[in-house]
Amino acid sequence: MLKVFGSFVLFLQNMVSRTERLRGLWNRFIEEATLIGVDSIFIVGIVSAFIGAVTCIQIAYNLTNPLIPKSTIGYMVREMTILELAPTITSIVLAGKVGSSIAGGLGTMRITEQISALEVMGINATSYLVLPRILASMFMFPLLVILAMALSILGGYLAGTLSGVMAAQDYIEGIRTDFVPYNIFFALIKAVVFAFLVSGISSYKGFYTQGGALEVGAASTAAVTNSIIAILLADYVLAAVLL
Amino acid sequence: MIEISNIQKGFDGNQVLKGISCTLETGKCNLLLGGSGTGKSVLLQCIVGLMKPDIGSITFDGTVYTNSKVDIRQEIRRKIGMLFQGSALFDSMTVAKNVEFPLQMLTPDMTPEERRDRVEGGLKRGGLENAGDKMPSEISGGMKKRVGIARAIAPNCTYLFCDEPNSGLDPATSIKIDELIYEITHEYNITTAIITHDMNSVVGIGDHIIFLHQGKKLWDGNKEEILNAQVPELREFIFSSSLVRAAKRVEEEDGPQGLEQLAAEPLSDL
Repeated sequence: MLKVFGSFVLFLQNMVSRTERLRGLWNRFIEEATLIGVDSIFIVGIVSAFIGAVTCIQIAYNLTNPLIPKSTIGYMVREMTILELAPTITSIVLAGKVGSSIAGGLGTMRITEQISALEVMGINATSYLVLPRILASMFMFPLLVILAMALSILGGYLAGTLSGVMAAQDYIEGIRTDFVPYNIFFALIKAVVFAFLVSGISSYKGFYTQGGALEVGAASTAAVTNSIIAILLADYVLAAVLL
Repeated sequence: MIEISNIQKGFDGNQVLKGISCTLETGKCNLLLGGSGTGKSVLLQCIVGLMKPDIGSITFDGTVYTNSKVDIRQEIRRKIGMLFQGSALFDSMTVAKNVEFPLQMLTPDMTPEERRDRVEGGLKRGGLENAGDKMPSEISGGMKKRVGIARAIAPNCTYLFCDEPNSGLDPATSIKIDELIYEITHEYNITTAIITHDMNSVVGIGDHIIFLHQGKKLWDGNKEEILNAQVPELREFIFSSSLVRAAKRVEEEDGPQGLEQLAAEPLSDL
């Protein structure tokens, strides 16, 4: 375990020790940001809208006490969405989509000797292949989390009003009650940390793949599993430290 | 010229290279010949820097490569072109972009026009004028090898390394690839090292042949000398080919003229 951690740290150190030219890095960043961010909008949108909708319906189902105002449902949807569901669930979804894609892509490049080809040319393969992926993830995850927050709250609104569980006025009142801007900041910090973990772990797993097609599949699976575990651990640590 | 001195490399107690010393000569096709598992690929990876030898040194035109500073290693690496066994083309780029890639990365001062000319020249050299816009998945194995060669030589490499350039190719395409490597080596006067166990390559382009067996160098010479070499392991290796045995028989029965006559006959008459 300690050996793997040390190897991961060395991998990251090598990535930043001898970086490629800034212009090349920028072009690769844009390519990766498109793949990681733009191509994930649909799945993030669908997941977050439905999570918001289900959260709203389930809270309404459990809040049967007539003394509790209906606006509490909107308040709870907002708090759950911003603090936990949007950053964590979105990152877990992205660990599946982006993490497996990064590990699979790098693993395939490794077994087909494309990474060796870069190294023979004198190009720092970790800097050229991994750094743009990590930077693009750290830039795009927070944007996707902001989108997820908006769509999740919108999903809750639609589910609550269209099903007749509550009035639109109550939901909006709940959304506006006791808003703490720091929570948004906290969610975005979580998104950046989760992005680093997902892209870093997945890149590491893919980059050091050895063997053939079977091992590439195994590396993708390990990348997703380890990323999710890392997200959950980091989620707890960040909550304990920053809240 | 590349000088290899007492290279040793082992993995988990299994010694793969047992003190190999040899010289790869400039302007010649240097063939690293040997059966499977004799350490050819490991030796090549040590030479190009993908692996670090346990003991020994490698010198590129007087500059020591092993254990030297990163800057020196980078400088030498930028003079190296390599054709990998599976071509190792970048899947996400077109054929032309693959050839252009090392120019973009290694020669940032080159203008786009110069780069385009160099790419066009490289594609033409490999007979790939009409394949520039194709993706690697859309071209044949032989074409992939030629793209790999064009990419390797695009930045005007001084050292060219080819890892089994004929693997997976039919005999006619293999000969074309060999001829292309041979022409490039002699035209640009570069140091070329080729891993092979193909006897067609040996008798066709073997300017300098180094025979490896069980991690040791057992023989070196050229294509004219190899058929008369008296090393039992080498004789067993080369005469395991029926074609070589037949050629040897013709030479013994009819002399060197018999072989020349045989080589001159059109394929359809054989």
